[in-house]
Amino acid sequence: MAEVIWGLATSHVPSIGAAMDRGKTEDPNWKALFDGYAPARAWLAEHRPDVAIVVYNDHANGIDLDFVPTFGLGTAEQYEVADEGFGRRPVPDVIGHPELALHLVESLVDEEFDLTVFQELHVDHGFTVPLSVWTPDPGDAWPCPVIPLLVNVIQYPQPTAARCYALGQALGRAIRSFPGDLTVGVLGTGGMSHQLAGARAGFINPEFDARWMSAIETDPASLAALSREELIRQAGAEGIELIMWLVMRGALDDEIVKVHSDYFVPASNTAAGIALFDNRAGRSG
Amino acid sequence: MSETAPDRFGLPGTPIFDGETSRRGLRMNKLFMSLRTAENRERFLADEAAYCQGFRLTPEQQQAVLDRDWQAMIDLGGSIFYVYKLAMMDGRSMQYLGGVFTGMGEEDFLAAMRAGGRRDG
Ligand SMILES: [Fe+2]
Repeated sequence: MAEVIWGLATSHVPSIGAAMDRGKTEDPNWKALFDGYAPARAWLAEHRPDVAIVVYNDHANGIDLDFVPTFGLGTAEQYEVADEGFGRRPVPDVIGHPELALHLVESLVDEEFDLTVFQELHVDHGFTVPLSVWTPDPGDAWPCPVIPLLVNVIQYPQPTAARCYALGQALGRAIRSFPGDLTVGVLGTGGMSHQLAGARAGFINPEFDARWMSAIETDPASLAALSREELIRQAGAEGIELIMWLVMRGALDDEIVKVHSDYFVPASNTAAGIALFDNRAGRSG
Repeated sequence: MSETAPDRFGLPGTPIFDGETSRRGLRMNKLFMSLRTAENRERFLADEAAYCQGFRLTPEQQQAVLDRDWQAMIDLGGSIFYVYKLAMMDGRSMQYLGGVFTGMGEEDFLAAMRAGGRRDG
Protein backbone atom coordinates (compact mmCIF):
# COMPACT_ATOMS: atom_id res chain seq x y z
CA MET A 1 0.00 0.00 0.00
CA ALA A 2 0.97 3.60 -0.33
CA GLU A 3 1.43 5.70 2.77
CA VAL A 4 1.16 9.41 3.54
CA ILE A 5 4.34 10.33 5.37
CA TRP A 6 3.85 14.06 5.85
CA GLY A 7 1.49 16.97 5.27
CA LEU A 8 2.62 20.50 4.50
CA ALA A 9 0.33 23.53 4.63
CA THR A 10 1.66 26.70 3.03
CA SER A 11 0.52 29.95 1.46
CA HIS A 12 1.03 30.17 -2.30
CA VAL A 13 1.27 33.95 -2.78
CA PRO A 14 2.97 34.72 -6.14
CA SER A 15 5.30 37.31 -4.62
CA ILE A 16 6.91 34.58 -2.47
CA GLY A 17 7.98 32.86 -5.69
CA ALA A 18 8.99 36.18 -7.22
CA ALA A 19 11.15 37.03 -4.19
CA MET A 20 12.98 33.71 -4.64
CA ASP A 21 13.27 34.04 -8.42
CA ARG A 22 14.74 37.54 -8.07
CA GLY A 23 17.11 36.74 -5.22
CA LYS A 24 15.33 38.92 -2.68
CA THR A 25 15.08 36.39 0.14
CA GLU A 26 17.57 38.34 2.27
CA ASP A 27 15.70 41.62 1.68
CA PRO A 28 14.50 43.06 5.03
CA ASN A 29 10.85 42.82 3.89
CA TRP A 30 11.24 39.10 3.18
CA LYS A 31 14.01 37.67 5.33
CA ALA A 32 11.82 36.69 8.28
CA LEU A 33 9.46 34.76 6.01
CA PHE A 34 12.24 32.70 4.49
CA ASP A 35 14.01 32.22 7.83
CA GLY A 36 10.70 30.81 9.03
CA TYR A 37 10.76 28.23 6.23
CA ALA A 38 14.25 26.93 7.02
CA PRO A 39 13.43 24.27 9.66
CA ALA A 40 10.64 22.82 7.50
CA ARG A 41 12.87 22.73 4.44
CA ALA A 42 15.63 20.97 6.36
CA TRP A 43 13.24 18.30 7.64
CA LEU A 44 11.61 17.83 4.23
CA ALA A 45 15.02 17.38 2.59
CA GLU A 46 15.51 14.38 4.88
CA HIS A 47 12.05 12.96 4.16
CA ARG A 48 11.65 12.85 0.42
CA PRO A 49 8.47 11.01 -0.63
CA ASP A 50 8.03 8.97 -3.80
CA VAL A 51 5.10 11.14 -4.90
CA ALA A 52 3.53 14.41 -3.74
CA ILE A 53 -0.02 15.70 -4.12
CA VAL A 54 -0.51 19.47 -4.26
CA VAL A 55 -3.98 20.75 -3.37
CA TYR A 56 -4.29 24.18 -4.99
CA ASN A 57 -6.36 26.53 -7.12
CA ASP A 58 -5.65 28.11 -10.47
CA HIS A 59 -5.65 31.92 -10.84
CA ALA A 60 -6.65 32.64 -14.46
CA ASN A 61 -3.65 30.82 -15.89
CA GLY A 62 -4.32 27.13 -16.48
CA ILE A 63 -8.12 27.28 -16.71
CA ASP A 64 -10.55 30.11 -17.31
CA LEU A 65 -14.15 30.73 -16.26
CA ASP A 66 -15.63 28.69 -19.15
CA PHE A 67 -15.36 25.72 -16.81
CA VAL A 68 -15.41 25.95 -13.04
CA PRO A 69 -14.75 22.44 -11.72
CA THR A 70 -15.37 22.25 -7.99
CA PHE A 71 -12.71 19.56 -7.62
CA GLY A 72 -10.26 18.32 -10.25
CA LEU A 73 -7.33 15.92 -10.42
CA GLY A 74 -4.48 15.76 -12.94
CA THR A 75 -3.64 12.42 -14.53
CA ALA A 76 -0.99 13.68 -16.96
CA GLU A 77 2.61 12.52 -17.30
CA GLN A 78 3.84 16.09 -17.24
CA TYR A 79 2.60 19.60 -16.38
CA GLU A 80 4.08 22.66 -17.97
CA VAL A 81 4.70 25.72 -15.79
CA ALA A 82 2.26 28.44 -16.89
CA ASP A 83 3.28 31.78 -18.34
CA GLU A 84 1.12 34.08 -16.21
CA GLY A 85 1.81 37.10 -18.38
CA PHE A 86 5.49 37.93 -18.10
CA GLY A 87 7.33 34.72 -18.77
CA ARG A 88 7.16 31.51 -16.82
CA ARG A 89 8.91 31.10 -13.48
CA PRO A 90 12.45 29.75 -13.90
CA VAL A 91 11.55 26.44 -12.29
CA PRO A 92 11.32 22.93 -13.75
CA ASP A 93 8.20 21.54 -15.38
CA VAL A 94 6.39 19.04 -13.23
CA ILE A 95 6.52 15.28 -13.74
CA GLY A 96 3.18 13.68 -12.92
CA HIS A 97 2.30 10.21 -11.66
CA PRO A 98 -0.51 8.91 -13.90
CA GLU A 99 -0.61 5.49 -12.26
CA LEU A 100 -1.35 6.79 -8.76
CA ALA A 101 -3.51 9.63 -10.15
CA LEU A 102 -5.77 7.25 -12.06
CA HIS A 103 -6.07 5.07 -8.99
CA LEU A 104 -7.05 8.12 -6.93
CA VAL A 105 -9.69 9.16 -9.46
CA GLU A 106 -11.22 5.70 -9.49
CA SER A 107 -11.17 5.34 -5.75
CA LEU A 108 -12.57 8.85 -5.13
CA VAL A 109 -15.34 8.49 -7.72
CA ASP A 110 -16.24 5.15 -6.14
CA GLU A 111 -16.60 7.11 -2.90
CA GLU A 112 -18.86 9.56 -4.78
CA PHE A 113 -16.41 12.44 -5.05
CA ASP A 114 -17.03 13.12 -8.74
CA LEU A 115 -13.82 14.89 -9.70
CA THR A 116 -13.07 16.53 -13.04
CA VAL A 117 -10.11 14.84 -14.73
CA PHE A 118 -7.34 17.03 -16.19
CA GLN A 119 -5.23 15.38 -18.89
CA GLU A 120 -3.51 18.62 -19.80
CA LEU A 121 -2.87 21.49 -17.44
CA HIS A 122 -0.46 24.39 -17.12
CA VAL A 123 0.27 24.87 -13.44
CA ASP A 124 0.53 28.39 -12.02
CA HIS A 125 1.98 29.98 -8.87
CA GLY A 126 -0.69 28.30 -6.76
CA PHE A 127 1.12 25.07 -7.55
CA THR A 128 4.77 26.05 -8.09
CA VAL A 129 5.18 28.41 -5.11
CA PRO A 130 4.42 25.62 -2.60
CA LEU A 131 6.96 23.43 -4.41
CA SER A 132 9.50 26.26 -4.04
CA VAL A 133 8.62 26.65 -0.36
CA TRP A 134 9.46 22.96 0.00
CA THR A 135 12.48 22.91 -2.35
CA PRO A 136 14.09 26.30 -2.92
CA ASP A 137 16.75 25.02 -5.36
CA PRO A 138 15.24 22.18 -7.37
CA GLY A 139 17.90 22.21 -10.10
CA ASP A 140 16.65 20.38 -13.17
CA ALA A 141 13.76 18.57 -11.48
CA TRP A 142 11.49 18.71 -8.44
CA PRO A 143 12.25 16.10 -5.76
CA CYS A 144 9.56 13.68 -6.96
CA PRO A 145 6.55 13.34 -9.29
CA VAL A 146 3.63 15.54 -8.27
CA ILE A 147 -0.14 15.19 -8.76
CA PRO A 148 -2.31 18.35 -8.87
CA LEU A 149 -5.61 18.35 -7.00
CA LEU A 150 -7.60 21.46 -7.91
CA VAL A 151 -10.25 23.14 -5.78
CA ASN A 152 -12.48 25.98 -6.92
CA VAL A 153 -11.95 28.69 -4.35
CA ILE A 154 -12.36 31.79 -6.53
CA GLN A 155 -16.00 31.56 -7.62
CA TYR A 156 -18.79 31.27 -5.06
CA PRO A 157 -20.09 28.72 -4.16
CA GLN A 158 -16.81 27.17 -3.19
CA PRO A 159 -17.09 23.63 -1.79
CA THR A 160 -17.84 23.70 1.92
CA ALA A 161 -15.05 23.29 4.43
CA ALA A 162 -16.72 20.08 5.55
CA ARG A 163 -16.67 18.70 2.02
CA CYS A 164 -12.98 19.56 1.65
CA TYR A 165 -12.18 17.75 4.88
CA ALA A 166 -14.23 14.73 3.78
CA LEU A 167 -12.47 14.73 0.40
CA GLY A 168 -9.15 14.68 2.23
CA GLN A 169 -10.25 11.73 4.32
CA ALA A 170 -11.32 9.87 1.15
CA LEU A 171 -8.00 10.85 -0.44
CA GLY A 172 -6.18 9.27 2.49
CA ARG A 173 -8.14 6.03 2.03
CA ALA A 174 -7.49 6.13 -1.71
CA ILE A 175 -3.75 6.50 -1.16
CA ARG A 176 -3.69 3.64 1.35
CA SER A 177 -5.54 1.35 -1.08
CA PHE A 178 -2.97 1.83 -3.87
CA PRO A 179 -1.50 -1.58 -4.66
CA GLY A 180 2.13 -0.41 -4.92
CA ASP A 181 4.51 0.61 -2.14
CA LEU A 182 4.83 4.37 -2.30
CA THR A 183 5.46 7.12 0.20
CA VAL A 184 3.36 10.24 -0.34
CA GLY A 185 3.57 13.86 0.82
CA VAL A 186 0.42 15.99 0.69
CA LEU A 187 0.51 19.78 0.38
CA GLY A 188 -2.49 21.94 1.24
CA THR A 189 -1.95 25.44 -0.09
CA GLY A 190 -3.31 28.99 0.10
CA GLY A 191 -4.28 31.42 2.84
CA MET A 192 -4.00 32.64 5.40
CA SER A 193 -6.30 35.62 6.03
CA HIS A 194 -6.43 38.15 3.18
CA GLN A 195 -8.75 40.15 0.99
CA LEU A 196 -7.72 41.67 -2.33
CA ALA A 197 -10.73 43.71 -3.54
CA GLY A 198 -13.31 46.00 -1.97
CA ALA A 199 -13.02 48.66 0.70
CA ARG A 200 -11.94 45.90 3.10
CA ALA A 201 -8.86 45.08 0.95
CA GLY A 202 -5.79 44.48 3.06
CA PHE A 203 -7.81 42.82 5.81
CA ILE A 204 -5.70 40.54 8.04
CA ASN A 205 -6.99 38.61 11.06
CA PRO A 206 -4.10 37.26 13.15
CA GLU A 207 -6.42 35.95 15.89
CA PHE A 208 -8.35 33.84 13.42
CA ASP A 209 -5.14 32.68 11.75
CA ALA A 210 -3.73 31.58 15.13
CA ARG A 211 -6.91 29.65 15.87
CA TRP A 212 -6.74 28.02 12.43
CA MET A 213 -3.05 27.15 12.83
CA SER A 214 -3.68 25.41 16.11
CA ALA A 215 -6.93 23.65 15.16
CA ILE A 216 -5.64 22.34 11.84
CA GLU A 217 -3.39 20.11 13.94
CA THR A 218 -5.55 19.17 16.89
CA ASP A 219 -9.20 19.85 16.00
CA PRO A 220 -9.73 20.02 12.23
CA ALA A 221 -13.38 19.06 12.62
CA SER A 222 -13.99 22.44 14.29
CA LEU A 223 -12.64 24.17 11.17
CA ALA A 224 -14.64 21.90 8.86
CA ALA A 225 -17.77 23.16 10.64
CA LEU A 226 -17.20 26.77 9.56
CA SER A 227 -19.61 28.12 6.94
CA ARG A 228 -18.46 29.97 3.83
CA GLU A 229 -19.90 33.18 5.24
CA GLU A 230 -18.01 32.76 8.49
CA LEU A 231 -14.78 32.01 6.62
CA ILE A 232 -15.16 35.10 4.44
CA ARG A 233 -16.00 37.22 7.48
CA GLN A 234 -13.08 35.91 9.52
CA ALA A 235 -10.39 35.26 6.89
CA GLY A 236 -11.42 37.72 4.15
CA ALA A 237 -12.97 37.14 0.73
CA GLU A 238 -9.84 35.42 -0.58
CA GLY A 239 -8.83 33.88 2.75
CA ILE A 240 -11.59 31.32 2.24
CA GLU A 241 -9.00 29.38 0.21
CA LEU A 242 -7.79 28.06 3.58
CA ILE A 243 -10.33 25.28 2.99
CA MET A 244 -7.61 23.62 0.88
CA TRP A 245 -5.60 23.00 4.05
CA LEU A 246 -8.48 20.79 5.20
CA VAL A 247 -8.06 18.47 2.17
CA MET A 248 -4.44 17.91 3.22
CA ARG A 249 -5.40 17.47 6.88
CA GLY A 250 -8.10 14.94 6.05
CA ALA A 251 -5.55 12.74 4.28
CA LEU A 252 -3.43 12.51 7.45
CA ASP A 253 -4.02 10.38 10.54
CA ASP A 254 -5.98 11.77 13.48
CA GLU A 255 -2.77 11.73 15.52
CA ILE A 256 0.00 13.74 13.91
CA VAL A 257 3.09 15.50 15.19
CA LYS A 258 3.88 19.06 14.25
CA VAL A 259 7.42 19.44 12.94
CA HIS A 260 7.35 23.20 12.45
CA SER A 261 5.04 26.15 11.87
CA ASP A 262 5.49 29.84 11.27
CA TYR A 263 3.42 32.95 10.49
CA PHE A 264 4.39 36.13 8.68
CA VAL A 265 2.64 39.36 7.62
CA PRO A 266 2.64 40.58 4.91
CA ALA A 267 3.50 38.53 1.87
CA SER A 268 2.07 40.96 -0.68
CA ASN A 269 -1.43 41.57 0.78
CA THR A 270 -1.60 38.24 2.58
CA ALA A 271 -0.83 36.66 5.93
CA ALA A 272 1.55 33.81 5.07
CA GLY A 273 1.52 30.61 7.10
CA ILE A 274 3.46 27.36 7.00
CA ALA A 275 2.77 24.19 8.99
CA LEU A 276 4.52 20.85 8.57
CA PHE A 277 3.19 17.63 10.09
CA ASP A 278 4.85 14.24 10.45
CA ASN A 279 2.21 11.59 9.78
CA ARG A 280 4.27 8.69 11.13
CA ALA A 281 5.54 10.00 14.44
CA GLY A 282 2.15 9.63 16.10
CA ARG A 283 1.96 5.90 15.40
CA SER A 284 3.07 3.46 18.02
CA GLY A 285 4.80 0.15 17.33
CA MET B 1 -31.42 45.44 -14.08
CA SER B 2 -28.59 46.83 -12.02
CA GLU B 3 -25.09 45.92 -13.13
CA THR B 4 -23.50 46.32 -9.74
CA ALA B 5 -22.53 43.39 -7.58
CA PRO B 6 -25.10 42.10 -5.11
CA ASP B 7 -24.11 42.28 -1.48
CA ARG B 8 -24.38 38.57 -0.81
CA PHE B 9 -23.51 38.46 2.87
CA GLY B 10 -23.94 42.11 3.72
CA LEU B 11 -20.28 42.19 4.72
CA PRO B 12 -19.19 45.80 4.26
CA GLY B 13 -16.59 46.36 1.55
CA THR B 14 -16.41 42.66 0.70
CA PRO B 15 -17.33 41.83 -2.91
CA ILE B 16 -18.27 38.18 -3.41
CA PHE B 17 -17.41 36.81 -6.84
CA ASP B 18 -20.41 34.52 -7.21
CA GLY B 19 -22.05 32.78 -10.14
CA GLU B 20 -24.21 35.77 -11.06
CA THR B 21 -21.24 38.13 -10.93
CA SER B 22 -19.18 35.70 -13.00
CA ARG B 23 -21.95 35.44 -15.59
CA ARG B 24 -22.04 39.23 -15.98
CA GLY B 25 -18.27 39.49 -16.11
CA LEU B 26 -17.47 36.50 -18.32
CA ARG B 27 -16.58 38.39 -21.51
CA MET B 28 -14.49 40.95 -19.62
CA ASN B 29 -12.69 38.29 -17.60
CA LYS B 30 -11.89 36.43 -20.81
CA LEU B 31 -10.38 39.62 -22.18
CA PHE B 32 -8.21 39.97 -19.07
CA MET B 33 -7.04 36.38 -19.32
CA SER B 34 -6.11 36.87 -22.98
CA LEU B 35 -3.54 39.47 -21.89
CA ARG B 36 -1.21 36.70 -20.74
CA THR B 37 0.40 36.63 -24.18
CA ALA B 38 2.63 39.40 -25.52
CA GLU B 39 0.89 39.21 -28.88
CA ASN B 40 -2.51 39.98 -27.35
CA ARG B 41 -1.10 42.75 -25.18
CA GLU B 42 0.25 44.40 -28.32
CA ARG B 43 -3.09 44.08 -30.08
CA PHE B 44 -4.90 45.46 -27.04
CA LEU B 45 -2.59 48.46 -26.68
CA ALA B 46 -2.82 49.23 -30.40
CA ASP B 47 -6.59 49.78 -30.18
CA GLU B 48 -8.13 49.16 -26.77
CA ALA B 49 -11.71 49.95 -27.79
CA ALA B 50 -11.62 47.62 -30.77
CA TYR B 51 -10.11 44.88 -28.62
CA CYS B 52 -12.93 45.32 -26.07
CA GLN B 53 -15.51 45.15 -28.84
CA GLY B 54 -13.88 41.98 -30.13
CA PHE B 55 -14.60 40.42 -26.74
CA ARG B 56 -18.17 41.87 -26.77
CA LEU B 57 -17.86 43.84 -23.54
CA THR B 58 -20.86 45.92 -22.51
CA PRO B 59 -20.40 49.69 -23.03
CA GLU B 60 -20.03 50.13 -19.25
CA GLN B 61 -17.38 47.42 -19.06
CA GLN B 62 -15.51 48.87 -22.02
CA GLN B 63 -15.54 52.32 -20.42
CA ALA B 64 -14.26 50.89 -17.14
CA VAL B 65 -11.39 49.17 -18.97
CA LEU B 66 -10.48 52.23 -21.04
CA ASP B 67 -10.61 54.46 -17.94
CA ARG B 68 -8.72 51.95 -15.80
CA ASP B 69 -11.60 52.29 -13.35
CA TRP B 70 -10.60 49.30 -11.21
CA GLN B 71 -13.53 49.57 -8.83
CA ALA B 72 -15.99 49.66 -11.74
CA MET B 73 -14.38 46.57 -13.27
CA ILE B 74 -15.01 44.70 -10.01
CA ASP B 75 -18.56 46.06 -9.81
CA LEU B 76 -19.26 45.01 -13.41
CA GLY B 77 -18.28 41.38 -12.88
CA GLY B 78 -14.49 41.33 -12.86
CA SER B 79 -12.70 38.74 -10.77
CA ILE B 80 -9.76 40.29 -8.95
CA PHE B 81 -7.47 37.52 -10.24
CA TYR B 82 -8.48 38.37 -13.82
CA VAL B 83 -8.54 42.15 -13.40
CA TYR B 84 -5.00 41.81 -12.05
CA LYS B 85 -3.78 40.70 -15.50
CA LEU B 86 -4.63 44.18 -16.85
CA ALA B 87 -3.05 45.82 -13.82
CA MET B 88 0.15 43.80 -14.33
CA MET B 89 0.25 44.84 -17.96
CA ASP B 90 0.11 48.46 -16.77
CA GLY B 91 2.92 47.80 -14.29
CA ARG B 92 0.54 48.14 -11.33
CA SER B 93 0.90 46.03 -8.21
CA MET B 94 -1.71 44.45 -5.96
CA GLN B 95 -0.75 47.14 -3.40
CA TYR B 96 -1.61 49.80 -5.95
CA LEU B 97 -5.01 48.18 -6.45
CA GLY B 98 -5.45 47.92 -2.68
CA GLY B 99 -4.75 51.65 -2.48
CA VAL B 100 -7.47 52.26 -5.08
CA PHE B 101 -10.12 49.98 -3.53
CA THR B 102 -9.60 51.41 -0.05
CA GLY B 103 -9.13 55.00 -1.18
CA MET B 104 -5.90 55.09 0.83
CA GLY B 105 -3.46 55.33 -2.04
CA GLU B 106 -0.67 52.87 -2.69
CA GLU B 107 1.86 54.25 -0.22
CA ASP B 108 -0.46 54.29 2.79
CA PHE B 109 -1.89 50.92 1.84
CA LEU B 110 1.58 49.38 1.66
CA ALA B 111 2.50 50.97 5.00
CA ALA B 112 -0.66 49.52 6.56
CA MET B 113 0.21 46.05 5.25
CA ARG B 114 3.76 46.29 6.59
CA ALA B 115 2.33 47.35 9.94
CA GLY B 116 0.43 44.04 10.12
CA GLY B 117 -2.50 44.58 7.79
CA ARG B 118 -5.86 46.28 8.11
CA ARG B 119 -8.40 45.24 10.72
CA ASP B 120 -12.17 45.46 10.91
CA GLY B 121 -13.08 48.78 12.54
FE1 LIG C 1 -5.02 31.04 -4.42
